[in-house]
Amino acid sequence: MALKMVKGSIDRMFDKNLQDLVRGIRNHKEDEAKYISQCIDEIKQELKQDNIAVKANAVCKLTYLQMLGYDISWAAFNIIEVMSASKFTFKRIGYLAASQCFHEGTDVIMLTTNQIRKDLSSPNQYDTGVALTGLSCFVTPDLARDLANDIMTLMSHTKPYIRKKAVLIMYKVFLKYPESLRPAFPRLKEKLEDPDPGVQSAAVNVICELARRNPKNYLSLAPLFFKLMTSSTNNWVLIKIIKLFGALTPLEPRLGKKLIEPLTNLIHSTSAMSLLYECVNTVIAVLISLSSGMPNHSASIQLCVQKLRILIEDSDQNLKYLGLLAMSKILKTHPKSVQSHKDLILQCLDDKDESIRLRALDLLYGMVSKKNLMEIVKKLMIHVDKAEGTTYRDELLTKIIDICSQSNYQYITNFEWYISILVELTRLEGTRHGHLIAAQMLDVAIRVKAIRKFAVSQMAMLLDNAHLIASNTQRNGICEVLYAAAWICGEFSEHLEEANQTLEAMLRPKVTTLPGHIQAVYVQNMVKLYASILQQKERSGEKEGAQEITQLMIERLPQFVQSADLEVQERASCILQLIKYIQKLQIKEVPVAEEVIALFAGELNPVAPKAQKKVPVPEGLDLDAWINEPPSDSESEDEKPKTIFHDEEQRHSRHRQPEIDEEELARRREARKQEQANNPFYIKSSPSPQKRYQDTPGVEHIPVVQIDLSVPLKVPGMPMSDQYVKLEEERRHKQKLEKDKKKKKQKKEKRGKHHRHNSLHTESEEDIAPAHHVDIITEEMPENALPSDEDDKDPNDPYKALDIDLDKPLADSEKLPVQRHRNVETLKSPDSEAPLVEKKSKKPKKKEKKHKEKEREKGKKKEKEKKVVEEEEEKKKSSKHKKKKHKKEKDEKSKDKKKSKKKSHHSEEETTESVQNGTLDDEPLPPMSSYRLLAENPYIKMTYDIQGNLQNDSQVTVSVIFENKSTSFLKSMELNVLDSLNTKMLRPEGSSVHDGIPVPFQLPPGISNEAQFVFTLQSIVMAQKLKGTLSFIVKNDEGSTHEKLDFKLHFSCASYLITTPCYSDAFAKLLESGDLHMSSIKVDGISISFQHLLAKICFHHHFSVVERVDSCASMYSRSIQGHHVCLLVKKGENSVSIDGKCNDSTLLSNLLDEMKETLSKC
Amino acid sequence: MINAILVFNNHGKPRLVRFYQHLAEEVQQQIIRETFHLVLKRDDHICNFLECGSLFGGSDYKLIYRHYATLYFVFCVDSSESELGILDLIQVFVETLDKCFENVCELDLIFHMDKVHHILQEVVIGGMVLETNMNEIVAQVEAQSKLEKAEGGLSAAPSRAVSAVKNINLPEIPRNINIGDINIKVPNLSQFM
Repeated sequence: MALKMVKGSIDRMFDKNLQDLVRGIRNHKEDEAKYISQCIDEIKQELKQDNIAVKANAVCKLTYLQMLGYDISWAAFNIIEVMSASKFTFKRIGYLAASQCFHEGTDVIMLTTNQIRKDLSSPNQYDTGVALTGLSCFVTPDLARDLANDIMTLMSHTKPYIRKKAVLIMYKVFLKYPESLRPAFPRLKEKLEDPDPGVQSAAVNVICELARRNPKNYLSLAPLFFKLMTSSTNNWVLIKIIKLFGALTPLEPRLGKKLIEPLTNLIHSTSAMSLLYECVNTVIAVLISLSSGMPNHSASIQLCVQKLRILIEDSDQNLKYLGLLAMSKILKTHPKSVQSHKDLILQCLDDKDESIRLRALDLLYGMVSKKNLMEIVKKLMIHVDKAEGTTYRDELLTKIIDICSQSNYQYITNFEWYISILVELTRLEGTRHGHLIAAQMLDVAIRVKAIRKFAVSQMAMLLDNAHLIASNTQRNGICEVLYAAAWICGEFSEHLEEANQTLEAMLRPKVTTLPGHIQAVYVQNMVKLYASILQQKERSGEKEGAQEITQLMIERLPQFVQSADLEVQERASCILQLIKYIQKLQIKEVPVAEEVIALFAGELNPVAPKAQKKVPVPEGLDLDAWINEPPSDSESEDEKPKTIFHDEEQRHSRHRQPEIDEEELARRREARKQEQANNPFYIKSSPSPQKRYQDTPGVEHIPVVQIDLSVPLKVPGMPMSDQYVKLEEERRHKQKLEKDKKKKKQKKEKRGKHHRHNSLHTESEEDIAPAHHVDIITEEMPENALPSDEDDKDPNDPYKALDIDLDKPLADSEKLPVQRHRNVETLKSPDSEAPLVEKKSKKPKKKEKKHKEKEREKGKKKEKEKKVVEEEEEKKKSSKHKKKKHKKEKDEKSKDKKKSKKKSHHSEEETTESVQNGTLDDEPLPPMSSYRLLAENPYIKMTYDIQGNLQNDSQVTVSVIFENKSTSFLKSMELNVLDSLNTKMLRPEGSSVHDGIPVPFQLPPGISNEAQFVFTLQSIVMAQKLKGTLSFIVKNDEGSTHEKLDFKLHFSCASYLITTPCYSDAFAKLLESGDLHMSSIKVDGISISFQHLLAKICFHHHFSVVERVDSCASMYSRSIQGHHVCLLVKKGENSVSIDGKCNDSTLLSNLLDEMKETLSKC
Repeated sequence: MINAILVFNNHGKPRLVRFYQHLAEEVQQQIIRETFHLVLKRDDHICNFLECGSLFGGSDYKLIYRHYATLYFVFCVDSSESELGILDLIQVFVETLDKCFENVCELDLIFHMDKVHHILQEVVIGGMVLETNMNEIVAQVEAQSKLEKAEGGLSAAPSRAVSAVKNINLPEIPRNINIGDINIKVPNLSQFM
C-alpha cells in the first residue's frame, strides 16, 4: 500500500515516458480505461508546456494510445509542433504520430506544407527520409500539388536511400494529384535503370501499381521491362515484372508469344517457389489471351498443370492453396486439362484447412458434368452436414446451388433429385441463404413444368412442417423457403393431392409469427388453394364440404386481419370480405367455384430480370412531357370535396346491389380479356409448347420415378436425394445395357467399318439421357429488346483519374507548380512592335487577376473553417516570434525598374476589383490604385503593390510594374534587395543572398510590364523597409550604358492583411473571447463621405465591412499569419474615430498608425 | 499494395497497428478483433493465407500471416502482391526485429512500439515495399539510432534518473513477470533473396 502511494506521488511529480505508461497500463488491468483517461489528462498538461522534449514525449505516448483505439486527433496541432522540432529524435516522433492519425479530413494538415518542404530539403538525409515516410501516409490533394515538384527533385537525390523513398511516394502523389503523372513520368521511367537495385525495385513497384489499373497506357514500356526481366536477378523485382506482364498480355497478344519462352525457362530453372508460382500464373494469363489450338501451347498448359499438381501435392499448405488458386484460372479456358485432376481436387475437399477447401470448391464449379454432378453434390452434402462454422456451410450451400443452376441447369438430369436436394438444404441451421434456396425452388417449379407435381408435393410437406423451420428464431434466414413453398402450393394447387391438409397447415396460428412478407404470400395463396378446393368439392357435389371449407377460412382469417403488417392486413381483410360474400352465395346454393377460380386464371410466365429495362422507348415518346397539363391549384380545391362525397354514395349503392354480378361480371371479364389480348405487356396464358410433354408417354412410362415418388413423400425429415443417386446409377446402367444391345444388333448388321470406333467409345455426356424429359422455359424478354451491357464502371474509382496517356509529349501547361517568382509576360525579341506587345501583356494580367480572385475565394472558405484551430496556433506562434525576433535588424537592398504608361489603366481595374470584393455597394467610388511609387528616374518608373500569400503564412508577393519612360530600349534588368533578418527575397535555389533576380522581360520604349517577386518574412507585426537596386542596360542609337536606380521597398502592415469576410455572429464571438488587445485613434478634419472612407479602408488596408449602421461600421481582416483584426469605425461631424482589436498589440498600433496616415490625407 | 500490417499476441492485444488507409480508431479496433478471431481459429499447420471478405472494404484483399510463439504478424494485401513474397517479407521483418532488439520477445514490442514502427518504416512505406535486404534495413535503423543518441535521445539524462528512482523498490518490474516462453523462435528462413 505504502509503496503504491509513494509510486503514485512520484508519478504525479515526474512525467511518465512511454515505458512508464505501458507499465502503468499493465499494472491497472482491472481499471484500464480509468487509468488511461488519467494519463490522457496528464498528457494534455504536458502538451501545454513549452519544452519540446516534454511535448515529444507526450506525443509518443499518444501514438501508443492510438494503437489501443483512442482517438488522438485532438492533439493534431501538438503533433505538428513536434514535427517541426529541429532535433531528429523529436521530428521522428512527430511524423510517426502524424502518419498514424492524420488524414484528408485533418484540418491542420494544411499548416504542414512548409514544414514538410523544409524537411524534404534538409541536408540531413534522415530528416528527409522521415518526412517522406510520414507524407506517404497522410498526403492530401493539396499537399500533393504543393510538394509534387519537391518530391520529384528528390527522385534524383544523390543518396539512393532518399531516391527510393521519393520514387515510392510519387505513386501516392499521383493518386492524389493525377496532373503530376505526366510531368513526372519521364524521370520515373529513368529510375527503372537506376544503378541502385533498391531504387530500381521501387520504380518497378510504382509502375506496376500504375499499370495494373490502366495497363494500356504502359504497353510502350514492355520492351524495357522485357530487358529487365532477362537481366535482373532480384526475385522481388522479377515477381513484380512478371505480374505486370500478366496484366499487359491481354492487351497485346504478340507480347504473350514472346514471353512464353523466357517464362518457361524460368519455370524450369528457378528454385524460388514464389517466382515459379508467378511465372506459372503469367503463363496462364498468356495462354488465356492467345487463341488456342497451336500445338506448343498445349505443351505449355501441360507444363503449368503439372507444376501446379506438384504444388497441390506438396505438404506445404501454402503451396497447396496457391496451386488450387492458379488451377482455377486455367479452368476457365482449359477445363479439360483440369478435369483430369478431379481426384486431387476432391481430395482437397477433405483438407482440414478451410481456405483450401474453399479453393477446391471453386474448382469444382467448373468440373461438373452431367455425369458426375450427382456424385459431386452428394459429396458436398456430406460436407454440409459435417461443417462446423456457419460461414463455411453457407459457402457450401451457395456453391451447391451455383453448381447445379449453372448455365441454365445444364448439368441436371433429374429435377426431382434437385428439388429433394433443395428440401434437404432447408434443414440447415442458421443459414443466411434461405432466400437463395427459395429463389431456386420458385425458378425450378415455374420453369420446369414436368416437375410441378413433385415440387408441389414437396412444398406441401414443407408447409406441413413449417413449425420445424420457423420455430427457432436462429433459423430466421431459412423461413424464406416458406415463401416459395406457399406460393408454389397456391399457384399450382391443381397438382396438390391433399389440398385440405395444406390449407389447414397454412391457417395455423403459428403462421402469424412469420415475417410480414411471407404472411402476405400465405394469405394470397391460401385463397388460391381455397378456390381449387371449392371447385373440386362443387364438382363432386359435396356442398357441405364446400361450406365447411368456407367456414374454416372465415374462422381463421381474422388472425391475419389483426396483423401488424399492413400488407397482410389489407390482403386478409379484403379476402375475408370476399369469402363472407361467397358464403352468402353458398347459402343461397349458387355455384360459385368457377367464379372464384377465375380470379386466378392464367399462367404466370417467368420474365427475365432485366426485361423491363430492355423495352425500347418507342419513337416520338417523350417520357418527361406532361400527359395532361397539371391543373391549377384553385381548380382542384373547388372540385375535390364534391367528387369525394359523390363517389362514396355511388359505392354504397353498388354494394347493396350484388344482383348485377352474374351477367355483368361475365361481360366485364370478356372486356378485360379483350383488353389483355391487346396489351403487349400482359403475359398471356397461351398454351406453351412445354405443356405437351406432360401428356407424352415419355414421362409416365418411366417406372422408377413413380415408385420413388410415393416413398419419400410420407417420411419427412429423411434425406432422399441419396436414393436418386442410386436410382440414377441403375437407370444409367439399364440405358447402357439397352444401348449396348442395340449396338450389338447394329454391329451384327454392319460389321467391320464401325468396329474400331465402337471399341474406343467411352461413355460420353451425350449418352446420358435425362430421367425426365424436361424442357426448361427460358425467361421472357420483350420483343426487340435492346442489347446492352449493364456493367457501368464505378465513377468513384480513384484509379480512373490516373488513366492518362503517357506517350504524348509534355505540354507547358502541365509542368508541376514550382515556387518561383511569377512574371506576367515575357517579351522575347527586343524589336517587336510596341502596340502588339501591349495588348498581349494586358490580357494575361487580367486573367491572372481573375484567377487570383478565385483562389482567394477558395481560401476564404477554407479559412473560415480553419479559423478556430489557427487562432490557437497563431497565438503561440506570435508569442514565440516576440521572443526570438526582438534583436532583428533591418538591412536593405536595391531593386530595378522600368516604366509604365498604364498607371491609369491599372487604377481603373483595381477599383472595379475592390467593389467586386463585395465590401460596399451603393455610390460610385473614386478611382483608387493600390500601386504606389517605388522609384523613378528619367528612364524608368517603378510602382509596386504587396499582397499576402494565402497558402503560405510567411510569404508576400510584391508586384512591380516597370514602365519605360525613355526612348531607349531597356534590357538586362536585375532587381536586388538587401535582405533583413526578418524579410528575405526568395531566390532560386543555389544563388547567394547577394545575387539579384533578373526581370524576365525587356522593355521597348514607352512600354510597361509587371513582374512579381516573392518575399519570405518571419514576423509581420511591424512595417519594414528594404533597400534595393534595379540595375539595367539602356540601349539606343548611341550605344548602351549601364544604369542603376535605388529604391526603398516599404512593407506596410496593411500589406500583410488579407481581405477576409466575416459574419457578424462570428465577429461578435471574436470580440467576446477577450483574447484581443485594444487600441484606438481619432482623426480630425475628415471631409469625405463615410462611404468613401470605408472604401478607402477596405481597399488600402484590406478590410471588409462586417456590418454598417448609419455612420458606424464594424470591419474585419486577417493577417497572413492568422491574426484577427477587428475595427469599429465611427464618423462624427468632422472626425473619425477608430477602435481596433487584435491578437497582437504591436500589429494593431502599427496598423492604426498607417490608417491614420491614409485618413489624414483625405 | 499492402493495406495494413497488424501485430497482436495470442490474446488479441495489439502490439503494432499500421493501416495504410485512413480508418477511424473504432473501425481499426474492430478490424483487429475480427482479424484476430479469424486467425485464432486456425492451427499452425494450415496455410497462411486467408480470404477476409469485405473486412477491409474490398474483395481483392487477402490476409497473409505468420505466427511466432506469442505473436501473430498479419499483413493485409491486395492482388498485386505475391503471396509467397509477402510471407518472406514477414520473415525478413521479424529477423530484422530480432537483430535490432537482440533476441526479440513480445516485451520488446510492448515497450518499444515506437522503435518497431521505425524499423517497419524502413521495410514498408505507404503500403509499398521499400527494402527487402535485411542488412540494408538494419544499417539504416542503426544509423538513425546513432543520430538519436548523438542528440541525447528522447529521455535525456534527468528524466532517466527519475526513472531509476521510480524503479527502486517497486515490485512490478515487467521483466520479472512470468510470461513463459516469450522468445520468438525464428525458423529457418526460406530462400527468397
